[in-house]
Amino acid sequence: MFDYVWLIPTLPLIGVLVNGLFGRRIEKANKSIIHWIACGSVGLAFFVTLTIFVQMLRLEPDKRFYDYIWFTWMESGEFSVPMGFQIDPISMFMCMFVTGVGFLIHIYSIGYMWHDEHDEGTYFRYFTYLNLFMLCMIILVLADNFLLMFLGWEGVGLCSYLLIAFWFSTKEFAIAGKKAFITNRIGDFFFAIGMLLLIVNLGKHGIWSIKYADVFSHASLLSPDLITLICILFFLGCTAKSAQIPLYVWLPDAMAGPTPVSALIHAATMVTAGVYFVARCNILYSMSPLALQIVAIVGGMTAFFAATIALTHNDIKKVLAYSTVSQLGYMFLGLGVGAFTAGLFHVLTHSFFKALLFMCSGCVIHAMSGEQDMRYMGGLRKKMPVTFYTMVIATLAIIGFPGFSGFFSKDEILWKAFSSPGGNFMLWLMGVLAAAMTAFYMFRLIFMTFFNECRASEEVKKHIHEAPKSMTVPLMILAFLSVVGGYIGIPKSLGGSNLVEHFLEPVMGLGDGKLFQDATGTAIMHGAETAGHHSYTLEYILMVITTFIVLGGIFTAYMMYMKNRTIPEKLAAKNPLLYRLLLNKWYIDELYEWNVIKPLHTFSIFLWKITDAMIIDGLVNKTAQFFMWCGSMLRHIQTGYVQRYAVTFVAGTVAIVMYYVFLLYI
Amino acid sequence: MVEYQNIYLTLSAILFTIGCGGVITRKNAIVVFLCIEIMLGAVNLAFVTFSRANSSPEGIFMVMCIMAVAAAEAAVGLAIFVLLYRKTGSINIDKFNLLKW
Repeated sequence: MFDYVWLIPTLPLIGVLVNGLFGRRIEKANKSIIHWIACGSVGLAFFVTLTIFVQMLRLEPDKRFYDYIWFTWMESGEFSVPMGFQIDPISMFMCMFVTGVGFLIHIYSIGYMWHDEHDEGTYFRYFTYLNLFMLCMIILVLADNFLLMFLGWEGVGLCSYLLIAFWFSTKEFAIAGKKAFITNRIGDFFFAIGMLLLIVNLGKHGIWSIKYADVFSHASLLSPDLITLICILFFLGCTAKSAQIPLYVWLPDAMAGPTPVSALIHAATMVTAGVYFVARCNILYSMSPLALQIVAIVGGMTAFFAATIALTHNDIKKVLAYSTVSQLGYMFLGLGVGAFTAGLFHVLTHSFFKALLFMCSGCVIHAMSGEQDMRYMGGLRKKMPVTFYTMVIATLAIIGFPGFSGFFSKDEILWKAFSSPGGNFMLWLMGVLAAAMTAFYMFRLIFMTFFNECRASEEVKKHIHEAPKSMTVPLMILAFLSVVGGYIGIPKSLGGSNLVEHFLEPVMGLGDGKLFQDATGTAIMHGAETAGHHSYTLEYILMVITTFIVLGGIFTAYMMYMKNRTIPEKLAAKNPLLYRLLLNKWYIDELYEWNVIKPLHTFSIFLWKITDAMIIDGLVNKTAQFFMWCGSMLRHIQTGYVQRYAVTFVAGTVAIVMYYVFLLYI
Repeated sequence: MVEYQNIYLTLSAILFTIGCGGVITRKNAIVVFLCIEIMLGAVNLAFVTFSRANSSPEGIFMVMCIMAVAAAEAAVGLAIFVLLYRKTGSINIDKFNLLKW
């Protein structure tokens, strides 16, 4: 069965080809064939993944590694890159939820996009892009070498751009797409440099391969400084793809796309590619404590800052977007302190509840006739019961309420941030404060949307209705997963066996804090796990503290948005500076505008007007003009009078004859 | 032996120079044409002289060719002049600078 792994990316590819090439005709003939093709191909891909996954579980843990080489992609001298797919716990772990959640969101999209009347032919275009995204994402997680992974990496960036700017006739949406694409390009630039450094430096040692297995087994040939540099360059690529400081600015704007896209690409799958990549390269990162430290600090700061921004926003999707950024920060915090499995575990649970949150918000927006401002919502609890209950479950999961999936994964990260050798109190504090704010803004969202009176206009009120079946069924499945998804990773301290950690252990052999070494080569850290065994009490205390802080967040939200709804205004009036700062996202966009974009723009204009138009064009034009001038001077020789030509002719002949005569007599 | 060769060759050179001067200076196309014929005659004379001096037939053969070509050339050239005269009413070659840039 492992030899059928090529089916997983091929199935969505078939969907792309059929819908992309003949979609317009199919849509005219029968619109529903399009979603049958699209959902069918992804569903089959999920089925194949599931079969392989089950087969893998039957094998011994140390045999769960298979490299399927389809064909040689490119070859140059000794350097060759295969089109190969790697089956191991981490790739199957990712592939499972990518295809699974992807399949659910495909189904959800049917209900969401069916009535989209923006332009003719949007339906087939939408599903073509979505299938293309699935193809690229599957390549990204299944690739067995850096270059093939980078192909998928770029591919998902392209699909993200296409889908953010899906309604491109609206200018802001088109600009949002462009912003996402360019920001990602900046990150990809660093990523590509890192990859080239890796290829060249391994080549110096005769390793002309960039397959993961080859790179990781020969990584010790490289100098520690070089590895740190490569890791940081890779991480810069990840900050763009996974929306971390300093390149997170594109993700909130990416909410311009259709809501299922936000759920699939900008919450559940694509943005976790950076986390996947760092976890995949855990061997490289474990060799460089400095790079890991940077990952942890950036992750912690992002978790904190993004949460502060989400506090004041009124756009339902923007709040969720900043919450995504914040949760991604958590994952990087986990990776950075060496808890690679905890980070990946949070990727999994986050993909369930964040996809669910976005899909619920999609139902709400759908019902509110496109309204996204929470100030004009309210009272939807009675009218949309399924959406309400599933969203509450997702909210409890994201804030880490005990018993829900988010609790286990988030708690694991916070515990590792506190206890593991790479972590410290500050990182933990940032994480906990972010958790408190998450609880506050998520319940603020719930209270503003579903409780109290409805503040929408009469016109909108009439249309409020529960979403169709194709939308609510995926919601219920995901709600179920949001609750039970955490039970596969119950930590040891709570009596569980942490299946996730056991499952991922073979690929994290050198990671998870076991290979922290100082310059002299002695192991100075013995891993977070060992430390954890001795201090369950401390772990319980931290767990209780976190839970109480989360409850405090919920209570504050209740006081401010249910009990006494004048408090927010008063608070805003009392601290106008802070309020404006938060509402304007710490003025980060403006900061970039003035410090990066404007100077770059001015510099580009300088290059255009001065360097290009004046110097380069001027040089070329002046050269041409010089020869034209020479020609205009020389052409006066051509008088057209036959006799003048004859004179020249005779003079020339005489000169030649005289020359030879002169030679003769010398 | 040597003397008569010098005489003929000198005559040939003089004729050639006369023809050359005429081609360069005269304005009437027919006169220019006549001057070209003089130049050809001078060349023929030189050929015959050398041929006789070396007692080989090649020079005389060459002269035959030149005379044939000159006859053909005269026919074509005169036809062009007739047409030029019909078109422009003049055969003064200073008036024709169609080869100009």
